[in-house]
Amino acid sequence: MRRAGGRPMSVFRRISEALLVGVVLAAAPAMGETAAPGRVVSLNVCTDQLAMLVAGEGQLVSISRLTRDPAYSAMADEALAYPVNQGRAEEIYLLAPDLVLSGSFSSLATTEMLRRLGIAVEVFPPANSFADVAGQIRRMGGILGREAAAESIALRFEQDLNALRADRASGPRAAFYGAGGWTSGSRTLDGEALAAAGFSNVAEEAGLSDGGMLPLELLALLEPDLVITGGDDGPGFSRRQEIMSHPILARIRAAGRDAGLPGSDRVCGTPHILRAVRRLAELRRGLEAR
Amino acid sequence: MSRVTAALAGLVILLFLVSLSIGPAGIGPLTSLNALLVGSDGPLALVMREIRLPRALLAVLVGGGLGLSGAALQGYLRNPLAEPGLIGVSATAAFGAVLALQTGLAAAYALALPAFALAFAAAGVVLVLLLAGPRGGSVTLILAGIAVSSLAGALTALVLNLSPNPFAANEIVFWMMGSLADRSMRHVWLAAPFIAAGALPLLLARRGLDALTLGEDAAEAMGIRLGRLRLALVVGVAGIVGAATAVAGTIGFVGLVVPHVLRPLTGARPSRLLPASALGGAALVLAADIAVRVVLPGEDLKLGVVTALIGAPVFLRLILRTRAEGAP
Repeated sequence: MRRAGGRPMSVFRRISEALLVGVVLAAAPAMGETAAPGRVVSLNVCTDQLAMLVAGEGQLVSISRLTRDPAYSAMADEALAYPVNQGRAEEIYLLAPDLVLSGSFSSLATTEMLRRLGIAVEVFPPANSFADVAGQIRRMGGILGREAAAESIALRFEQDLNALRADRASGPRAAFYGAGGWTSGSRTLDGEALAAAGFSNVAEEAGLSDGGMLPLELLALLEPDLVITGGDDGPGFSRRQEIMSHPILARIRAAGRDAGLPGSDRVCGTPHILRAVRRLAELRRGLEAR
Repeated sequence: MSRVTAALAGLVILLFLVSLSIGPAGIGPLTSLNALLVGSDGPLALVMREIRLPRALLAVLVGGGLGLSGAALQGYLRNPLAEPGLIGVSATAAFGAVLALQTGLAAAYALALPAFALAFAAAGVVLVLLLAGPRGGSVTLILAGIAVSSLAGALTALVLNLSPNPFAANEIVFWMMGSLADRSMRHVWLAAPFIAAGALPLLLARRGLDALTLGEDAAEAMGIRLGRLRLALVVGVAGIVGAATAVAGTIGFVGLVVPHVLRPLTGARPSRLLPASALGGAALVLAADIAVRVVLPGEDLKLGVVTALIGAPVFLRLILRTRAEGAP
């Protein structure tokens, strides 16, 4: 099952990450000193975006359908230029790829099947830090034989980040809050973005450095200066999102202590995370000017 | 008020206060009760009034309703295994609630949620009564319940899987196991009128149920109209289980365990067992809801897990006893 949700998945993320470290290690020796792959198929919204940034002309032949959805993808417009796949082993095999890129959310059964069919599969775990972002760009460059292009994107990202980074992370107190009461701690990409924008993270006060479920009660009692929500509720109804209309959050909203920050920039570890940092820094300056 | 009823009422009040004092934010019981009653508009008063009070109130309403429905169903069917969860009424109510939520009707009309759950619960009761026959033997009753439950459960899962919302499929466990986490006063106002309206016909049917213990013919000879009794049962159970399931999901075994424990204490007379079971159900769900918060405070452990751990052994014991008695 390919999942694209932001915060609510972090437990699954951690579990699948742990599982997949083994898979990645096992796959590593098979790579060897081969030539750059000519036909690359990507199955995951995050590897899609990394590959779109790094790949050479015509190298990336198919990406996942989700990457065309602006709710999950920061590169929905660029994605229109690529054919999309549904992530099923059969259709992937028929695309005759030299290499398949997949995320840790992609079905293990699919990636295992592709490996049995003799196709090289590279799995990317979710990025949990700015260092992961730069690291994954460089890794993608190595895999696609585009080291120089990847290096310049990664360097540019690191420079932009240093220019943006606030000198202190002890400004106003902010908390991420999303469906099911999920919050992001300091050891997540969201958390690093929050710190870079100069906020202090309320999740730390609740002891949730890796993120997790912050009970509504604690949110009310911790009284953050700013509650950052996903911004997009998605279609249909879900009980996990019902929490966002609880009277406690309605009051936070009525007091103007909330802000929506699109999940699409934060779901994946790409340089687009800097858009979220810029927006957060704007919010901090707005709060400090109050 | 008998001694049993008084003791149960005292237990409910005690557990209600404990429930109000428990939460992830470790606030002392006196501080929290003080904030609830006389607090100003501060965050603590907000937490007490918008998070903990609705949770405790719903535990009383839902638990009381389920205990009462179980006792009434068992009285009418003269079968100790009849329970809203086991005979599929909760599952059909959950399916109704999920339909109302996923079609967007509940968002457009708040009353659509309990109304759908109630209508489906009523259909569930009628279906089981028809399938099990007027004198529902244990086997037919349980088999009919399994059929209705699994069909309703499968349809619930289907609707949630088809939902365009990426989170919806994770909610199957809530509808199957139930929880009172993060409910607000809105849910109390939504459920309370239906649960009260359902409790009324059941409590009024006490005399009829007493007479029914002597057999249908004797009851009719005593002037009890069985058709009217059945109607009261369907309306009452559907109102209670429908509204309770709509706001708290399926919480099983409450209606089984509570009457089972209280029957010997109330002289096996439905007229005394019904109110006692309502109080006992409220106490059980309050206690279970306290347990889920104390045992695993960081997780949203489902209420149904705790009630099933208590209820399933009782259920097995009842089955063994029914078998030993040679009942069909």
